[in-house]
Amino acid sequence: MKKILSTLLVMILAVSMLAGCGANNTNNAGSSSDATATPEASTTSDVKVGVILVGDETEGYTKAHIDGIVAAAANTGIAESNILWKYSVPESADCYTAAKELVAQGCSVIISNSYGHQDYMAEAAAEFTDVPFVAMTGDYAAISGLDNLYNAFTDVYQSRYVSGVVAGMKIAELVANNEIPETGYDADGNVKIGYVGAFPYAEVVSGFTSFYLGIKSVYENVSMEVTYTSSWFDIEAEAAAAESLMADGCVIIGQHADSTGAPTAIQSAQDGNGTVAFSVGYNVDMLEAAPTAALTSATNEWSVYYTTLFNAVIAGSAIPQDWSEGYDVGAVAITTLGSSCAAGTAEKVAEVEAALKSGSLYVFDTSTFTVEGAAITSAPVDLSYYDYSTGTPTVVYTGETVEAIKTDANGVSYFDESSFRAAPYFSLIIDGITIK
Amino acid sequence: MNKKEPLVRVMKRETIAGWKSWLFRAASIALALIVIAVFVFAIIGISPLNVYTLMWEGAFGNSIYFNDTLFFTAKLLCIAVALAPAFKMRFWNIGAEGQVLAGALATSLIMVYCSSLPAPLLYILMFVSAIVLSAIWGLIPAIFKAKWNVNETLFTLMMNYVAIQIVNYFYNKWRGAASALGKLNKGTKAGYLPTIFGSKEALMLLVVGVLTILMYLYLNKTKQGYEIAVVGESVNTAKYAGMDVKKVVVRTMLISGAVCGVCGFMTVAGQDHSISSASAGGYGFTSIIVAWLAKFNTMVMVLIALFVVFLEKGTNHITDAFAGFDDSASKIVIGIMLFFVIGCEFFINYKLSFFRFRKGEK
Repeated sequence: MKKILSTLLVMILAVSMLAGCGANNTNNAGSSSDATATPEASTTSDVKVGVILVGDETEGYTKAHIDGIVAAAANTGIAESNILWKYSVPESADCYTAAKELVAQGCSVIISNSYGHQDYMAEAAAEFTDVPFVAMTGDYAAISGLDNLYNAFTDVYQSRYVSGVVAGMKIAELVANNEIPETGYDADGNVKIGYVGAFPYAEVVSGFTSFYLGIKSVYENVSMEVTYTSSWFDIEAEAAAAESLMADGCVIIGQHADSTGAPTAIQSAQDGNGTVAFSVGYNVDMLEAAPTAALTSATNEWSVYYTTLFNAVIAGSAIPQDWSEGYDVGAVAITTLGSSCAAGTAEKVAEVEAALKSGSLYVFDTSTFTVEGAAITSAPVDLSYYDYSTGTPTVVYTGETVEAIKTDANGVSYFDESSFRAAPYFSLIIDGITIK
Repeated sequence: MNKKEPLVRVMKRETIAGWKSWLFRAASIALALIVIAVFVFAIIGISPLNVYTLMWEGAFGNSIYFNDTLFFTAKLLCIAVALAPAFKMRFWNIGAEGQVLAGALATSLIMVYCSSLPAPLLYILMFVSAIVLSAIWGLIPAIFKAKWNVNETLFTLMMNYVAIQIVNYFYNKWRGAASALGKLNKGTKAGYLPTIFGSKEALMLLVVGVLTILMYLYLNKTKQGYEIAVVGESVNTAKYAGMDVKKVVVRTMLISGAVCGVCGFMTVAGQDHSISSASAGGYGFTSIIVAWLAKFNTMVMVLIALFVVFLEKGTNHITDAFAGFDDSASKIVIGIMLFFVIGCEFFINYKLSFFRFRKGEK
């Protein structure tokens, strides 16, 4: 009998604990469940937004999108409860299923945030022709023949250039103070820079080239090594890449990968044996992960695009099918400058940003770089979309071949990035950059 | 009263009335529903009625959900049907995931490298190669079992990882420099199965429906089906009756693998138009539970597969509606349900005798 009694007591205890938990948590969830029941949104707009995310808020890239969408919803009067989130959706047929489920829930616009979602968004777009599908960072909406498929990107190469300027200022300071060890210079006396890239596509090439040109605009004698991790988010691989670049003597390490792996590794090298190395991050402020190693990060202000998108959806007006903007509308930026930045960095940044905004400065000014020893005078870019899986590229959607080198009224020639198509297409490997 | 007498004594039941076993099952589902309601209330604070309304909506709420539910039910059912003959023979085929992947891979290989063939020929080639490769995936462990009595549970399980790695190899090869593969034959759409009755799902339902009936007839009305049952009950009896046990094992696994191949083919050609190591989506393992709960009766599997997919889709819908209820929470819900349903089999097979009552008996 005692045994039964004690068993009963334990059970009662367990149940009451569970009930206690329930009571605590209801308060947290209460606001969201209430919001679903009573449409606060009726005062503003009843637009429902469906969002398919490749990761969740723990990932810099996805977090930047979440923040952008939340801010844009607040700007346009869409209640947060009218945003439906699908987290950690892989770049597979799961994306198609997720898109369909969002249609089923009556979403007025559906957004996906990763490149690999595009094929499945296109499939859903072909099936549900009255719902707009936005495949962020995608590259074929405009040539796909689907009127309800959209792409958007930002002119992030501009903010990468500015983050390069920050790094250049730091290099100039280190050189002036004679703080760079001998290993930090290559055979030609150039200061070594490293870059942790994810994949060898134009998006990444365009990014590290603009970063490099930004540095070069401040301190001419630099060379850059690029390592690919073959993943957008791999803390360990990014840390390992940063370590090997530091071992090679690189004093600045930029990145186009989404984790804090590199900045953290650089911070611990700094703290551990006083390695002279600094990090320039991407997407999010890295100061928390690397308080003295991080200089700044290049970021996208996604809220600018999302505000444009939501306004168009609410008004029922045309959505730009292939959107990309930069400093002129505030769609890109760099994060707060770290305490390790050189004196005068803020002023220099303001000056460069103003020049980019006004259009008087071109990131890919052809007088600032060479390819195989010669300045570039022509760069044809084929905007067609190819399928490479069989080994022989097959055209999926035909696009024009355009001349990307333009010359402005003052006779300045430049590579015109992200204006023929939102997704970057600068894929030249310029002199001074080596791929490891 | 003996001091050492345990509180509860477990006894094997000799028999149990059919109605009684179903009563047990119904009770366990009811209990599970209560526990799930408590769990969901504990984390997001919505009423049980609300929980089940949401789940119902997510699975059957409108035509999009409904079609999706039917499609995934068919996919799960197809694999469970494939497992039925092997399990009935007491051959523990834990390798359905890999066998489906093998079929998916063969389909993709033909799609990518023979895309210029005329459509009917291409479909036939895709279908046949999927069945053949999947059957081979099932055959290898079967031969080892038949010849050297190698443990089939481990062997089939490990064949999964071989399939996964081979699929990964081709995935990486085909995606080239991109971060994800995307769709195969994007430009030509060669090898994409046509829609019938204006629905992408209908063909899958039709194929799996036919397979389910055929498998039922095969297992219950044919000589080969009878052989499978005898081998399953007792290998020695089968031998005594003059059956070639090795032949039965090999033949049955060929069938089991081949049906998995159909699933792989239908998934790649009919729905995903792409492949990854997740093409089988874990259904190769979930189907084991489905096949078991149905006692290897393919007709009962229809209901159980539908029920499992209902849980999946339903909880997924709660995930959409409530930020506090994430993917892991929906897995917990499915876990609770399966725990009770499988747990109830214990009470069907065994009787508990409490000492309080036993005292009276003495």
